Amino acid sequence: MIKIENGRYETKGFTLDINVNVPAGKFCAVLGPSGAGKSTLLSIISGFEVLKQGEVIIDGKLASPSPSARPISMIFQDHNVFAHLDVWNNVALGISPNLKLNDEQKSEVVAALTRVGIAHLAKRHPGEISGGERQRIAIARVLVRNKPILLLDEPFAALDPGLRIDMLNLITELQREKNLTVLMVTHQPDDAKFAAQKVIFISDGEVQNCISTSEFFRSKNFAALKYLGKRT
Amino acid sequence: MNNQLIKYIAPGIILGAILLGLVPLVSFAGERGGFLNAGIDAAIFHILWFTLKQAFLSTLISVVMGVFVARALSRRQFTGREILLSVFAVPLALPAIVVVLAITSIYGAQGMFGGSFNLYGLNGILLAHVFFNMPLATRLLAEALNTIQQENFRLAEQLDFSDRAIFQNLEWPVLRNSLPRICGLIFLLCAASFVIVLTLGGPSATTLEVAIYQSLRQDFDVARALNLSTIQILLCLVLVFAAGKMALHNSALSSFKTTTIRRDGQSILARLIDGSVLAFAVFFIAPPIIALIASGLPYLNINFQAFLTSIAIAAPAALLSVSLAWALARANNFSTQVAALAALIVPPAVLATGWFLALRNFDQSLFVVVFSIIALNTLMALPFSVSVLAPAFAQIAQMHERLCAQLNIAGWNKLRHIDMPMMRRPLAQALLMAFVLSLGDLTAVTLLGTQGLITVPSLIHQQMGHYRGNDAGGTALLLAAFCLVLTLIAQRLGKPNDQN
Repeated sequence: MIKIENGRYETKGFTLDINVNVPAGKFCAVLGPSGAGKSTLLSIISGFEVLKQGEVIIDGKLASPSPSARPISMIFQDHNVFAHLDVWNNVALGISPNLKLNDEQKSEVVAALTRVGIAHLAKRHPGEISGGERQRIAIARVLVRNKPILLLDEPFAALDPGLRIDMLNLITELQREKNLTVLMVTHQPDDAKFAAQKVIFISDGEVQNCISTSEFFRSKNFAALKYLGKRT
Repeated sequence: MNNQLIKYIAPGIILGAILLGLVPLVSFAGERGGFLNAGIDAAIFHILWFTLKQAFLSTLISVVMGVFVARALSRRQFTGREILLSVFAVPLALPAIVVVLAITSIYGAQGMFGGSFNLYGLNGILLAHVFFNMPLATRLLAEALNTIQQENFRLAEQLDFSDRAIFQNLEWPVLRNSLPRICGLIFLLCAASFVIVLTLGGPSATTLEVAIYQSLRQDFDVARALNLSTIQILLCLVLVFAAGKMALHNSALSSFKTTTIRRDGQSILARLIDGSVLAFAVFFIAPPIIALIASGLPYLNINFQAFLTSIAIAAPAALLSVSLAWALARANNFSTQVAALAALIVPPAVLATGWFLALRNFDQSLFVVVFSIIALNTLMALPFSVSVLAPAFAQIAQMHERLCAQLNIAGWNKLRHIDMPMMRRPLAQALLMAFVLSLGDLTAVTLLGTQGLITVPSLIHQQMGHYRGNDAGGTALLLAAFCLVLTLIAQRLGKPNDQN
């Protein structure tokens, strides 16, 4: 589904070698030490950063240079919503950048808001609702955009443990319902154990191809053991 | 029209205005066979020396006082502190001619402290410059002190630091970082100062900026004006770039609140020092303001024609300035940053000289005169407008650039649904600031105006010159009050949005 062969990303004093092939319809966690390049990998896939060498192939085709033309939705850690627009309009932006919706599209917004459980907040502004509810706006927008790939860059890092589990549950449900290909950057190996079928591990300037979650946690890879705090 | 082209419109307009000023200067120099053909005589050398001397002394006094006052304000909580801060905000909102009037009414021959020294010359210029720039320096330095983390002060307390150690290890490092920028800014403002030097200077106390005006408009000596302009441009070019990337700071409008709680400076000596520093600062800032109110209140009068003329100039100037600033701030690259500083690099007197030469062969209709005054005001307000809008745009970009790119929100949709709603406050703030600056402007109207054209500041200037001090006081108080109210509204708008 998402494929990068012999990819190389370079910026001042940082290089990342990428060989990765993410199968369609899987939930894949992206793990690795701080500063390893987890967010960079997501930025490359979504088109915000450009490879020095190699190409991003999505669904067998060369990915467009424009982020909005790629079949991808992304949820960031914060700033996923526009503070001056109400919840409804924040979701509607996912369908039309000029906020002009026909009746069918309007009912899509209602359905998405209902699915993520914030339909009653439609007229509120992001400043008036909780952090978890704000991330639900972003998830509702993902639903209306209806793209096959979902990238999550530590979206729940700032939430309480209980809320985080709720959100992870919501994402895994949606992933199964829509057969999404999900890549989620996280600092919590437990999140990967809980939700992910596959793991991509990044360390020492190298992105390692995705392996199954159970395989990763049994691995004797030195960098992975060090990262997990299991080094003896 | 494609996007690439639109990007160049604003810098293009500014470049056009600058070239309209420079080309006549260059071609005139060509006719005369060189830029400094008339030579640099002793008189010009003296003017250059005085320009630098007064700017240096003004900067030194403002910044040294600023360091002490900022430190006292940031480490001391006392009743009346808020009032003191408001008093300190007043000079930044006042038009130059109003400050000149206020200072002459205190230190002039008839003033309360009059007679003890000669106000006209270096003394008066320094007084006025420090009156403006000491509060500015204080504000910028207090902001720097505000960046020291609360944890650092707690650590210092735990380690039993003396006041001296706190100064050396906490305060001085942040002050030292911001001092070059602050000194550069104040030096530049003082070196190019026009109204204060014109009114408080004298034959032997004149700067390049004023000398250009006098050669051109009073002595009709174009060659000399050209000589002086060449030196002035070189000087300003050096100063602007010496001050580095001197993005004019938006601090004149920042809220000036200490966020950290400080418990140092409790010794009797420290209290004594801070107390006398603040008392001295108040004694320096307050009397001219009080004199302005006391002398103006009985003679309040409004000349509607002058008032309407001022508004007819200031409103379009503010609109133009903010429109250009919007485009520059949005693009925010090196060329737009330089374009924003155009009026600092090619200062008003030089531009006016060039425009005057360019337009002298045309019919000097009132329309042309007013339009050129509006244009000069537009350029003079530009650095300030950009300094309000650029950080706001940067914040939008930082927060929402990626989301907009992914959702394909661009062009008109982005302007309507994202930029405009989020920029509403900074936009209103920039408009008010540019309006207040142009409303109090005496520089452009003196440089380019004709006898029949009277704005409120030029009316005050006339009344002062004709020994109608009472009328001048009344007009000045009204203008000051108007500018102050608008500035206060702008400050309110500048406070962080509590929406998020």
